Amino acid sequence: MADKPRIKLPKEAKKGEIIQIKTLVSHLMESGQRKDAQGKPIARKIINKFTCEFNGRPVFSCALEPAISANPYIQFDARIDEEGTFKFAWTDDDGSVVTAEEKIALKA
Amino acid sequence: MSIRYGSLAGLATAALVLSAVATSGEELERKGIPAPPGHVFQTIISGYQFRTKETRALQDDDLENPGFLAVERAADVWKTVDGGEGKSCMSCHGEAEKTMKGVGAAMPKWSEKLNKPVNLEQQINICRTEHMKAEPWAFKSKELTDMTTFVRFQSRGLPVAVKTDGPMSPWFEKGKEIYYTRVGQLDLACASCHEKNNGKFMRADFLSQGQTNGFPTYRLRDQRLIPLHERFEGCMFDVRGVPYKPLSDEFLALELYVAWRGIGLPVETPSVRN
Repeated sequence: MADKPRIKLPKEAKKGEIIQIKTLVSHLMESGQRKDAQGKPIARKIINKFTCEFNGRPVFSCALEPAISANPYIQFDARIDEEGTFKFAWTDDDGSVVTAEEKIALKA
Repeated sequence: MSIRYGSLAGLATAALVLSAVATSGEELERKGIPAPPGHVFQTIISGYQFRTKETRALQDDDLENPGFLAVERAADVWKTVDGGEGKSCMSCHGEAEKTMKGVGAAMPKWSEKLNKPVNLEQQINICRTEHMKAEPWAFKSKELTDMTTFVRFQSRGLPVAVKTDGPMSPWFEKGKEIYYTRVGQLDLACASCHEKNNGKFMRADFLSQGQTNGFPTYRLRDQRLIPLHERFEGCMFDVRGVPYKPLSDEFLALELYVAWRGIGLPVETPSVRN
């Protein structure tokens, strides 16, 4: 999970506008169903939670399950009423968290 | 006199249209580029056209395309010093966007020094061992596949422009021979599927023309980028044959020949395929 997550959202938006946010993070998402060459099960290791906050307030979050493919792509909408910072967090099964943030300004 | 020529031309056009319909119903729906004279195909079609619209949508969006995770990783490695000479790729090559443009589209290319063709993976390792005094990256390793993807990505949109004449000729002919030779327990050649039966549904997928313009490609089946020679290996394994080794002379010759079969197609690296 060391790579930087990729995020796409507009740099600015009109007040009240609904914008689309796209995120892509690099992760193997090992489901726990696979077996290695010796027949031993490969342990589950996935991102199990994704959260998005804006100026400290929750915007969107979801729980991810083993059926989700590697390199999870999550896309959602948000309404912009003020300028500020989006903070994204991906939580791994082992407790580690990868974070990223993006700012957005208001169109005059 | 002019009326006779007019009707002859009309007949000729009608005959051409009829023959296009007769070859394959699927081919008409898939967009391609006209092949140069003397080419095996009439229309050269990228593997992109054989995929579902959902898969194509993944490739079309640079944020959604999982191949770009590799491009970003390698963009950092490009600037990172490695090896005894204290150099990074950037030390010699500067900004990849400028200096690597067109490089991937012309691979494999002839190496005077080695007296054989060299592909992108090999060239990267030549740079690492000879100029950076760094350890070569193993074939199929994340590092090598990432960097191959990153360099070929700089040629995205440019037409495949591999040279097949001069010293390349014997290698081209060798590649052609391999392409048409039946191998394995299933006794199939590359041409059996990709030339004679492209567009047909086989192994739960549509057979493409077997073009290489999108490699390394992000395969949904493997959830990672796959370099070309790994796919060659897979095909030979699928016909229950003994695959040649990646980066072997056989696969280099085959890579050269198959690149020619896709001449003019836009490089799509990193593409998304099944």
